[in-house]
Amino acid sequence: MAKIIVVTSGKGGVGKTTSSAAIGTGLALAGHKTVIVDFDIGLRNLDLIMGCERRVVYDFVNVINGEANLKQTLIKDKRTDNLFILPASQTRDKDALTREGVEKVLNELAKDFDFIICDSPAGIESGAMMALYFADEAVVVTNPEVSSVRDSDRILGMLSSKSRRAEQGLEGIKEHLLLTRYNPERVEKGEMLSVEDVKEILAIELVGVIPESQAVLNASNSGQPVILDKDSDAGQAYLDTIKRLLGEQVPFRFLTVEKKGFIKRIFGG
Amino acid sequence: MSLLDYFRSTKKNTANTAKERLQIIVAHERKRRNGPDYLPQLERDILEVIRKYVDIPADQIAVSLEQRGDQISVLELNVTFPDDKR
Repeated sequence: MAKIIVVTSGKGGVGKTTSSAAIGTGLALAGHKTVIVDFDIGLRNLDLIMGCERRVVYDFVNVINGEANLKQTLIKDKRTDNLFILPASQTRDKDALTREGVEKVLNELAKDFDFIICDSPAGIESGAMMALYFADEAVVVTNPEVSSVRDSDRILGMLSSKSRRAEQGLEGIKEHLLLTRYNPERVEKGEMLSVEDVKEILAIELVGVIPESQAVLNASNSGQPVILDKDSDAGQAYLDTIKRLLGEQVPFRFLTVEKKGFIKRIFGG
Repeated sequence: MSLLDYFRSTKKNTANTAKERLQIIVAHERKRRNGPDYLPQLERDILEVIRKYVDIPADQIAVSLEQRGDQISVLELNVTFPDDKR
């Protein structure tokens, strides 16, 4: 039985697509057959982050409309085995995704895949609702910043009331908090909400903390999921996150400022 | 913290401010989210009744249900009448 995981946030620009790409790749690296589905109709970007933008022929909406089949549409990742991408359409028609259409495609994917990662668009419009509707688990991507935390809380409300599991009275969606762009230095100075602060406000289980890192921009510049940059802090933090998603207990890293030498501590810098 | 920082460390801790503000607004919004499902319908019905007498646009009416303590819920109704209809 395939597990459907939505990567969502409410607010835009917090790292949903970066995280979807990293999580999908990480699960595939762990040996699970995984597909990442871009639900951001009209603003396709997962293809660019995954570095397969020039290989898009058909898209999600084509499959729903019966203009292409899944086999023609899925893009096989060239670096990672077991990994496929279903690109979003560039259509401006906001209602191109119907619930029946999405359900049909997800059911078909579920026959073949272990994990279906739904990369949600920002906002709480139909696209975002569609991305979370069929989910079994949710990764709520949050920045340690007021508007992001508030929007995440809105999305948590949607997950518990507007999803298939809620409507059918099934066991609720399993919610995970993924804190991204975390800067321990600013937290220590009292300029940024801490992991504990955000955990306390949102009151859901923490699955990962990704430090603010140059590696993320480098990765998106070159179309490589950052999790493949195994020497980078962000890459390692995503690898830890995957282990936790799969049920392993892993201590959190990159939560504190690296200890400085004596001289630096006296003079700063 | 460096020695330099030590002498200018009277700066306000904005993270605490953020946390306090978030706790308040999130609690408030959760309360509304958990409000009864009939509230929007109630709002429409009240609007219809008022419209029998005065023609007001839909956005000029606000209904909210507030929980005050364990025992009391207060239904608050706010209707803005247009100037010429008073």
